[in-house]
Amino acid sequence: MNPIAAIGRLSLDVLGEIGRISNFAIEGAVAALTPPYFWRAFFVSLARIGFASLPVVGLTAIFTGGALALNIYEGSIFPNADAFIPQILGVSVVRELGPVLAALMVAGRCSSAMAAEIGAMRVTEQIDAMSTLSVNPFKYLVGPRILATTIALPLLVLIADIIGVYGGYLVSVYLLDIAPPIYINNLIEFIDAEDVTSGLLKATVFGFLIAVMGCYYGYRSAGGASGVGNATRTAVVAAAVSIFASNYVLTSLFVDF
Amino acid sequence: MSEPEAKIEIRGLTKSFGQNHVLRGIDIDVAQGKSLVIIGGSGSGKSVLLKSILGLIKPDRGEIRVDGRNVAKHSEADKRFVAGQTGMLFQGGALFDSLKVWENVAFRLLNAERRPRGASKNKALECLAQVGLAPEVGDLKPSELSGGMQKRVGLARAIASDPHILFFDEPTTGLDPIMSDVINNLIVERVKAIGATAISITHDMASARKIADEVAMLYQGQIIWRGGPDDLDNSGNPMVEQFVRGRAEGPIQMQVRRYAKKSR
Repeated sequence: MNPIAAIGRLSLDVLGEIGRISNFAIEGAVAALTPPYFWRAFFVSLARIGFASLPVVGLTAIFTGGALALNIYEGSIFPNADAFIPQILGVSVVRELGPVLAALMVAGRCSSAMAAEIGAMRVTEQIDAMSTLSVNPFKYLVGPRILATTIALPLLVLIADIIGVYGGYLVSVYLLDIAPPIYINNLIEFIDAEDVTSGLLKATVFGFLIAVMGCYYGYRSAGGASGVGNATRTAVVAAAVSIFASNYVLTSLFVDF
Repeated sequence: MSEPEAKIEIRGLTKSFGQNHVLRGIDIDVAQGKSLVIIGGSGSGKSVLLKSILGLIKPDRGEIRVDGRNVAKHSEADKRFVAGQTGMLFQGGALFDSLKVWENVAFRLLNAERRPRGASKNKALECLAQVGLAPEVGDLKPSELSGGMQKRVGLARAIASDPHILFFDEPTTGLDPIMSDVINNLIVERVKAIGATAISITHDMASARKIADEVAMLYQGQIIWRGGPDDLDNSGNPMVEQFVRGRAEGPIQMQVRRYAKKSR
């Protein structure tokens, strides 16, 4: 009713949620790094999150690299646009698009799957059952997923970087008639190791956030099938938003003004 | 302490969810090796009582003593103490659907006791045989099983580490009468075989008569009657009588006001 009270309530809700997620993230990191370790669950997660995401991440990267090459060529005001394509494309892919797009694809695949799976386990009492079997469900379900996603995402991004740059190469060489040596030489000359590592560092943070959001919303879901549906949707949205927000923060740390 | 010591003692246990007072001071004992069946209608607080003893819900007040140790404070050590000697058969089975049947049965052995997979699998197949399931079932996923088989696997998982205490949450709900009887027989047989203390909750009177050494009726968060299974038919308590006979008319009025206005 009262608009000011409504704004206040909304702010408190949002801040409360951020606080709960932060607590969950800290507990999750502790669970991932301290014994007991559940290696089998870890490797299952690693395969599901890392290996199984390869096709979708690769396709995203190759098309994005190709489209980027066309855009740079089209948008360039300089006569020798050829030389700029690998430079701009390389930095864009490695520093920004590789990590962000790969993370978004993995968030879409995995945050939702984690929230749905853990949520379904919650509403069918499987999490309670785990407690009665002397296994801490938080450690068994959350720890391995966080560890696996945090490790898998930088590796996926490294592959996405290579494939993205290769997509740009294909378009430049076969469509825009740029000589392969020019593309390769300019690329190598212009990209530093720091460009790549900053992207991989971002990916590590994104991977952690993806798993935290998926596990958090799944773990606290309630209310049957519709509750699990809500958890799934909220997890993907929260993961995507947190990826964009942390991407800005991390980018501003890496860039010297 | 010359009396046979109670395995589980509950004193003055209360639990509320907001304005909803689910448990209003429960006092009950279960002697070592005995089987207590708690009967009561939907929403009478049976599940909350069971989950409080298990350490899945933290009670507001009162004591829960297991082997004389008060576990109502709900600390991690308390929960480990209870879980370490408990097996529970969940109403819906609560089998882990991402794992094979034998991995379900051996879950505690594999993940809590860290036994090798080969030995754990042998133990799991042994437990499956005890509940009448063939070894081939062990390699299936829980979703490939019928309701009755899922209950059996749940029972096998509950007994896999020879627990001192067994809990059964509506063990026969959703099963046909014959399969219900099979599960009841298995429960009686297994509880006797491992000498466990058992607490079951049910509203299936046939099941209660079969598996109980003692029956307690829960109504509106309190124990209103206790007696042997043979006393159920002449309990002298109008509420127990109504429940046992399954009549809509009587002192117990089903609470339907959350959904509709009372018509009578």
